[in-house]
Amino acid sequence: MCLFFYFRDRKEWADLEPVPQDDGPNPVVKIAYSEKFTDVFDMFRALLKNDEKSERAFALTAEAIDLNAANYTVWHYRRVLLQALDKDLREEMNYVTAIIEDQPKNYQVWHHRRMVVEWLNDPSEELQFVAEILSQDAKNYHAWQHRQWVMQEYKLWDGELEYVEELLEEDVRNNSAWNQRHFVINHTSGYSDSSILDREVQYTLKQIKKAPHNESAWNYLNGILQDGGLSSYPGLLEQVTELQDTCSSPYLTAFLVDLYEDALETNSSSYDQQEMLSKALELCKFLAEEKDTIRREYWNYLSRSLQNTYGSAYMIEPSDFACKHSISVCFDIKTGEKPDHSKTCFILFFKAFSLLYI
Amino acid sequence: MRTRAAKTCHVARPVSQFSTAYSLGSNECVRLQFFSLLSESDNGNLILQGTQVKDVVIKPDAPYTLLLDKHADYIAAYGSKKDDYEYTLSEYLRMSGIYWGLTVMDLMGQLSRMNRQEIIEFTKSCQHDCGGISASIGHDPHLLYTLSAVQTLSLYDSINVIDVDKVVDYVKGLQQEDGSFAGDKWGEIDTRFSFCAVATLALLGQLDVINMDKAVEFVLSCMNFDGGFGCKPGSESHAGQIYCCTGFLSITGQLHQVNADLLGWWLCERQLPSGGLNGRPEKLPDVCYSWWVLASLKIIGRIHWIDKAKLRNFILACQDEETGGFADRPGDMVDPFHTLFGVAGLSLLGDEQIKPVNPVFCMPEDVLQRIGLQPDLLS
Repeated sequence: MCLFFYFRDRKEWADLEPVPQDDGPNPVVKIAYSEKFTDVFDMFRALLKNDEKSERAFALTAEAIDLNAANYTVWHYRRVLLQALDKDLREEMNYVTAIIEDQPKNYQVWHHRRMVVEWLNDPSEELQFVAEILSQDAKNYHAWQHRQWVMQEYKLWDGELEYVEELLEEDVRNNSAWNQRHFVINHTSGYSDSSILDREVQYTLKQIKKAPHNESAWNYLNGILQDGGLSSYPGLLEQVTELQDTCSSPYLTAFLVDLYEDALETNSSSYDQQEMLSKALELCKFLAEEKDTIRREYWNYLSRSLQNTYGSAYMIEPSDFACKHSISVCFDIKTGEKPDHSKTCFILFFKAFSLLYI
Repeated sequence: MRTRAAKTCHVARPVSQFSTAYSLGSNECVRLQFFSLLSESDNGNLILQGTQVKDVVIKPDAPYTLLLDKHADYIAAYGSKKDDYEYTLSEYLRMSGIYWGLTVMDLMGQLSRMNRQEIIEFTKSCQHDCGGISASIGHDPHLLYTLSAVQTLSLYDSINVIDVDKVVDYVKGLQQEDGSFAGDKWGEIDTRFSFCAVATLALLGQLDVINMDKAVEFVLSCMNFDGGFGCKPGSESHAGQIYCCTGFLSITGQLHQVNADLLGWWLCERQLPSGGLNGRPEKLPDVCYSWWVLASLKIIGRIHWIDKAKLRNFILACQDEETGGFADRPGDMVDPFHTLFGVAGLSLLGDEQIKPVNPVFCMPEDVLQRIGLQPDLLS
């Protein structure tokens, strides 16, 4: 490594007092970059105007992309040149890979990659590549889109469920992974086979036991049971009620409300209708007044809706509702994601426990 | 230690809060909030546990009043220094930038401070031979910027400076066989573009030129198991996409196809303890999601499911008292995009200092009234 010997520190320059430039913070850097920017884009505009299709034009698109990868016109032009000059598309894939690794949330570059894959008609590197990007940010919306497109277009379903399970092992709250699970099963076995459905229900309940405060898992459970009906699935009420003893979350409570509602809607003979209604109303009140007050309007709406639809003017008192809930939580030291705008924050999570003093 | 009071304590009450975070380069720390829960197991022992919630904490000195004058000054001055680096860098979206600036100024009753003639000329010069409109001069046409241009000219009641028939042809030409819309000739498909297409055509009074049934079929095929919508069939539900799809269904008169209770629940679940809204589960709140989520809720008639006071609090905290404008979250840098959606969100929440905003088009209601557009909303 070469250390620059600042002029201000050099004996031969000691007689001079450095005069700072007066253009605001980091003026030299900003101006130099701005000048380069203007220079490159002025040249780009000139090439466009003349519709020049040359190697130097192609090289310039790379300079322009380097300065502003969101400029979709530059990417368009690059594609035109790729075809007009019959450029090596494998090399282009390497180039695109580097840009995505640097700027993984840029629409244009992902779309460009898709075009190149289509032209090459070769998806062989794609799943591996997307997995690498997802290992840096497991919820990158562009990455998931690309992955879904590749899988559907080229019928690459093998091993995806295992991949999703790996991701959920790392972060059971990864909503994108839960969505992907649904996507894969939908396009392969489907959910109508009862052995598949059972497998999914048990898998989801298992994940819920690990982390009950997990909207994605509960949404998934709800989603896959919509067709059959929550209250029709054998033993589900018992399993979820049992969960209530060892873990607690507003999602669990909400799920129970949905289940009771389904029992009422289907007028299921397996359940005491009055009991379903009274329990549902009790939970709605509990959620509105204590457990999920920020959404009290929703819970009150649901409560009124149930009362109006299934009769009964009585209100349930929660006095007999046993407060026997606990959540066990495990959280590890984990490097948090960069917020979407990648501006400023970087979060480090620390292993900690709250202490309660009464 | 265990008292009678403790035994009857309600489960989810946060009795103490221990939060820790480490942030680099931000004025506002993003914190992990730990809510500790008092609970009692069957054998009577106290159990101390917590659960994590990804959210921000609003500092006590964050802004809490609406600084409309400052925002108007910020937008009026934005772009006046044409060689400003950030401004130059965003040239590829200039047409949308203009729409954001004009709309928020109009909502604040300050449209007259913008350079009407210059903007109209600029917009006109961005229309290409194919009829489509680009983000700026020398850029290629795209549906996103075509919509922004039509919105801008509608605001100024000057739609006829462009060739309207050609715009209609351009939009029509982007519809695919499956009913979806490409963004431009390169074929990227996204429900955002379905929205852009019908919104553009609605503003021009020419919705009937496209295959409406197919267009609706495609958007509905993007509805997910959680009631939300993604960018393509199978894509994860995302508040931005949900706004586009509910807006689309409103314009096309198909809101009855939405499961309003299910979607409304998913949307109100976006509200975090700080009051802000995120775009999908386990993500941080952002002022722009306060628009995408709130407008969607308004369209499906469930805006009252949000805690309005808490959301207003969050949005106000995203203001910058020195520069004016809104940032994505408290303490970050402001920009015109978040400024529009912050102000528009406040309008939807009923702030009387701001003009009413239409939740489908994100334009002042009085402009749409003038055009004669009244898209359906569920009640």
